[in-house]
Amino acid sequence: MDIGTIVDAAFSAALGPQAIVFAIAAIGLNVHFGYTGLLNFGQAGFMAVGAFGLAVSVVTWDLPFWLGLVIAMFATVVLALVLGVPTLRLRADYLAIATIASSEILRLVFGAVEFKETFGGSNGLTGFARTYQSLNPYDGGLDIGVVSFSRNDLWSITVGWSIVALGCLLIWALMRSPWGRVLRSIREDEDAVRSLGKNVFAYKMQALVLGGIFGGLAGVFHVLKQASAVPTDFNTTFTFYAYAALLMGGAARVLGPVVGSVLFWFLIAGLGSFFSQATGGTDPLIPASIMTDTQASLVRFIVLGLGLMLLMILRPQGIFGDRREIAIDGR
Amino acid sequence: MAADVSTARAALEGVPREPGAPKPDPIVKGSNITRTFGGLTAVDVDHIEVQRGVITALIGPNGAGKTTLFNLLTGFDEPDQGEWDFNGTSLGKVPAYKVARLGMVRTFQLTKVLSKLTVIENMRLGATGQRGEKFFSAAFKSLWSAQEDDNTKRADGLLERFKLDAKREDFAGSLSGGQRKLLEMARALMVDPELIMLDEPMAGVNPALKQSLLGHVKSLRDEGRTVLFVEHDMDMVRDISDWVIVMAQGKIVAEGTPQSVMADQRVIDAYLGAHHDTDITEVDIAEIEAEADAELDEETRE
Repeated sequence: MDIGTIVDAAFSAALGPQAIVFAIAAIGLNVHFGYTGLLNFGQAGFMAVGAFGLAVSVVTWDLPFWLGLVIAMFATVVLALVLGVPTLRLRADYLAIATIASSEILRLVFGAVEFKETFGGSNGLTGFARTYQSLNPYDGGLDIGVVSFSRNDLWSITVGWSIVALGCLLIWALMRSPWGRVLRSIREDEDAVRSLGKNVFAYKMQALVLGGIFGGLAGVFHVLKQASAVPTDFNTTFTFYAYAALLMGGAARVLGPVVGSVLFWFLIAGLGSFFSQATGGTDPLIPASIMTDTQASLVRFIVLGLGLMLLMILRPQGIFGDRREIAIDGR
Repeated sequence: MAADVSTARAALEGVPREPGAPKPDPIVKGSNITRTFGGLTAVDVDHIEVQRGVITALIGPNGAGKTTLFNLLTGFDEPDQGEWDFNGTSLGKVPAYKVARLGMVRTFQLTKVLSKLTVIENMRLGATGQRGEKFFSAAFKSLWSAQEDDNTKRADGLLERFKLDAKREDFAGSLSGGQRKLLEMARALMVDPELIMLDEPMAGVNPALKQSLLGHVKSLRDEGRTVLFVEHDMDMVRDISDWVIVMAQGKIVAEGTPQSVMADQRVIDAYLGAHHDTDITEVDIAEIEAEADAELDEETRE
């Protein structure tokens, strides 16, 4: 058993590009669910629209990279409006149903054979990330023992953590303002907010668009860091992992989604590396009669699930949450 | 201000004691308002007017349509038909938040405090026209901090008046039922409404707090606001209201001063009951004693 490899895998994943994708997506979910109480179960749909907005613009339509970015963000805003207009006047559940359905529809459409010319079918699109990669200022990768990143990943985490930092700064500035107070009030009781002369629908729409833009950014970053846009990446599991990360970190806290995502990937990668080492080799730590190495990659999810359950029992507010807030729910 | 109250009251003297009576200076006027839920007609009001500057009580048995009428007037529900206006502005199809901005603010029967916000944050939310509530100026504190300070000052003044200043930094969810009622009323005042509509302000409030709530409602009128409230507590209705509107089965069945309404045979039959003026505990004790005596007599005879 090589502890160093496990630590390296865990920290590299926790600080690496994949955790950043989840952090950005979870920041968006935090605006939706944590602050405003909107149940968006289709963050993967916002990501897919952002990702394919960029990929289709650059690859299929042959537009410049930067214009592609603008189109990607514009497309996520349109998706938020399309989802919000019919559902935000209704009860919260309708948005949940509409978002989960639309994210599945989008994934299937982007992967459909019929639209292969535009979206590239199930293989997706590649070749849109050249401008992004050409901006990479680094000469080589990074390996300082505890963490190691390739040259591309090093550039991606530089860009990614900058986006996360700016996003957190924006959320912090917005949520301490009276605007943020209206959102939190809507989460508590929208009729009360209405009775005080606030246009609840408009605020919910603004929150949906803002969180959707973060989803779109996460999608764009996801396809840029791996230089390919594949429809199957944007399945509903993604949304639920992002929710898990958000709840671990603590909803309605600025750093909650970021710390949650880092911890989530630390555990996934660390446990994965531990179990694959414990079951691999000629004389495994855990004998094959208990667990084979093919089972090991699944066991990490079981352990992670147990960990999540323990967290919810012992610290239901998440790592950053306020215990007093949870106590009020019990009344 | 006090002079206004007495003139407004004096103006009511000449108003006929009949359902839908026209008032000399109405702040709210409505006609032919109906609302049905399936086969049930919840509200069917031919005409209603609410006098400016006084306290009007809306009473009636459960299911009479009082709260539904509140919802309709404030835009929280849409009627099947009917028209009504506030200060001459027609309110048909006007959404609830715009009704509130016009100066007609309501509270709720089941108190709606924002549990996970502190008391002072609840209050600040009530202020209208906040620059910091606009998305594009929200991120820049310098654009709204001065206004926020003014609002906080006003909120602190109201909290002191409603004796909630000690609870300033507590979560609203940790307040007792009566304190929530007070907070909701204080928060509504942050909107600076001309007409404040209270839906059962006394429900679930202990007798001591009731007295101070009564004082607060009176003070709303004395500072020139119009109050319309729904209440089952007859003591309160008698104590503070200048005019009473009685609803039953969706219709207005009687109107008048508290004294005239409580003497009205139709109101007694529909709502108050024959013993409404006597203390019910005394009646019970006398009856129970008489019954017990009778039983004892029977037993001794055996």
